[in-house]
Amino acid sequence: MRVMANVAMVMNLDKCIGCHTCSVTCKQVWTNRPGTEYVYFNNVETKPGVGYPKRYEDQEQWHGGWALDKKGRLQLKAGGRLRKLLTIFYNPDLPTIDDYGDPWTYDYQTLIEAPLGTRNPSAHSISALTGKDMKVTWGSNFEDDLAGAPEHAAGDPNLAGLQERVRMEFEQVFMFYLPRICEHCLNPSCVASCPSGAMYKRAEDGIVLVDQDRCRGWRMCVSGCPYKKVYFNHRTGKAEKCTFCFPRIEAGQPTVCSETCVGRLRYLGLFLYDADKVLDAAATPDAQGLYEAQLSVFLDPHDPAVQAAAAQAGIPHDWIEAAKRSPVYELAVRHKVALPLHPEYRTLPMVWYIPPLSPVSDVVDAAGYDPDRPDAVFATIDALRIPVEYLANLFTAGDPAPIRRVLRKLAAVRAIQRAGQLGLDLDEDLPASVGASADELDDLFRLLAIAKYEDRYVIPPAHAEEAGRLMGQHEQLFCSLDTEGGPGMGGEGPGGHGIRSYRPTGTPGAGQTFAAEDGRTRFNLLGWDGRSPAPGLFPEGEAS
Amino acid sequence: MTNATTAQIFWWVALPYLTLGVFVVGHVWRWRYDQFGWTSRSTQLQERRLLKWGAPIFHYGTFAAIAGHVIGVLIPERWTHAVGIPEPVYRWFSAGAGTLAAVLVIGGITVLATRRLFVPRVRATTAGIDYVALVLLLIVVLTGIAPTIGVNLLGHGYDYRATVAPWFRGLFSGSPDIQAIAHAPLIYQIHATAAWMVWGVWPFSRLVHAWSYPLWYLWRPYIVFRSRKATHPNEPGTGGRKWRKIGVPY
Repeated sequence: MRVMANVAMVMNLDKCIGCHTCSVTCKQVWTNRPGTEYVYFNNVETKPGVGYPKRYEDQEQWHGGWALDKKGRLQLKAGGRLRKLLTIFYNPDLPTIDDYGDPWTYDYQTLIEAPLGTRNPSAHSISALTGKDMKVTWGSNFEDDLAGAPEHAAGDPNLAGLQERVRMEFEQVFMFYLPRICEHCLNPSCVASCPSGAMYKRAEDGIVLVDQDRCRGWRMCVSGCPYKKVYFNHRTGKAEKCTFCFPRIEAGQPTVCSETCVGRLRYLGLFLYDADKVLDAAATPDAQGLYEAQLSVFLDPHDPAVQAAAAQAGIPHDWIEAAKRSPVYELAVRHKVALPLHPEYRTLPMVWYIPPLSPVSDVVDAAGYDPDRPDAVFATIDALRIPVEYLANLFTAGDPAPIRRVLRKLAAVRAIQRAGQLGLDLDEDLPASVGASADELDDLFRLLAIAKYEDRYVIPPAHAEEAGRLMGQHEQLFCSLDTEGGPGMGGEGPGGHGIRSYRPTGTPGAGQTFAAEDGRTRFNLLGWDGRSPAPGLFPEGEAS
Repeated sequence: MTNATTAQIFWWVALPYLTLGVFVVGHVWRWRYDQFGWTSRSTQLQERRLLKWGAPIFHYGTFAAIAGHVIGVLIPERWTHAVGIPEPVYRWFSAGAGTLAAVLVIGGITVLATRRLFVPRVRATTAGIDYVALVLLLIVVLTGIAPTIGVNLLGHGYDYRATVAPWFRGLFSGSPDIQAIAHAPLIYQIHATAAWMVWGVWPFSRLVHAWSYPLWYLWRPYIVFRSRKATHPNEPGTGGRKWRKIGVPY
């Protein structure tokens, strides 16, 4: 047994309202730079839909992830090492930027500088790649809320096999949201695909990163990742990916996508796993056995033998304690309601999902709950709007049994809470019928519905004491202002421009004026109380 | 050596050593200072149809051309004679294989240059140094192909192994034969000069990606783990080039 720790995430799809707040905050923090305009480390897809980039889930087209060769050995689906080196000049499996959506901005200057007149000026779209006018045809969220679904959604690879049943007609349509980030897999095919060895998995917390200094832009990771969550920065010529917000995680804070999620549907915590079992699990012959195989890789942090082995492997005590309280372990292993996304890619992903029940529940409510027949809670689960087979294609390589089990458990939690609220009698056997005790279902209710901040995020801070000691030494040796461009390096000291030039005035709330670059006197809104006079707030334009 | 003019010495001794020096020092500097900029800067994301043909053909053709130069320039004529290869056999092998490589290289570079100049998405990623390197490469390729096909394959042949090659090897043994190269046909002289210029430009352009061909990938384990290591922070001013400033063009 070789114990390692991996931070992981569980998303409760029941609660996702598709608001894209996670995408926006992630974008603002990580990819608001030139070259990453088209990149969303976190994106939210409407399912069914072709996804971002288009049809990324179809590995017969993109050859991402792993596959078993004829002898049952684990191989990169895109081919072996030699083949990678020989196709390095042209990667046959790489999506083009049109598959993600050609990034664009607008000519906002036209709006600002348009002369007074009767016609409304319009800003036209400009390609972020060329700076020239362009026609917008596709973007990362162009099928949001099933927009264009009659045309596109049939291209969803997960619909394979259930085309006849699922009709994309408006009155029978189903949808749910699937927020996606990098899976930080236990067996990452992007890392295995990188010829330069620039990608790595951090030994302490399992976060998968790209070393920007060692990446040589061979772009094999982009095609190697079956989730297409490694991106190519077209300005720097280097690969970039979701960092699991490691600076925040190291400080014990949740990732930005989790922190800002308005539905509070994300859970963060540790898994302890047996690194020696990873490859065997990934090479499970039957793809539908991969979910169980991955569960068998995880170790029970409550087991004293595991704790001892973890301590021996150098995992700090507070990390083992955190692993015992880990909400992702609770959801994935103890309650078994979270499932991996596309386990058939054999990467052993570490961002798991609780399949959505809400549309089911509506049907149940519509059918009416009959206390005499508690099984009615489950009666309609196979007559759902979201076909169980569709969810199975997403989360269990097509095996509907685990999906049914999870949905029944979630329905039972609701039935129990509903009965408690309304004072209804409840079949005592209901918890047992979903393979749980009443206490366990209550725990699940607390974790899913109450979802306290400190229960959702159990993140032990990184141990960087040694680095801190070196930094302290460093600061004694060097002036701390000697950062690049800092005042100690002859950079801007006092004065300067922008926010740095702001100095509070004597009168509180009075604001102050400054000379703008165009020579006019402008008013600084910073510190203004909104009541005092504000000379220069509106530029005096030429009267026309 | 005694009869060489100042211009000849500059052109056939000083310039090669200068560009060689720039080549070596430039690479050391770039490696230490600019790991972040050290990339092939692929544009396959923006354009794949032309690249699919242009890039493999150009690169494999270039490998063949480099191998040809090793055989023709680095290996002295007397060695091939010593192992019993007569001059006509060498010449026709050189002309035949050289022509094949030449066709691949010129075909590939035509596609790649077309793409770089006329596909707006690719053109937008092209820096000034890329144009310099591209023009120099075009000169080298054209002046290399013309004698290979025009003289050695179709014409009477020219034994560059008696003039250009000894001079080139002499540069590395410290006694370059100036007269040999100075009396070679003009096209070889242009070819050699442009080649030296490419060496000089090399460390500052995307050509550096050639040294990063990841052969190590064949042996290393698939999954790479890295442990946290406490290191001293960079001393001020030695952090290297990090992210480019936002909003700055390529």
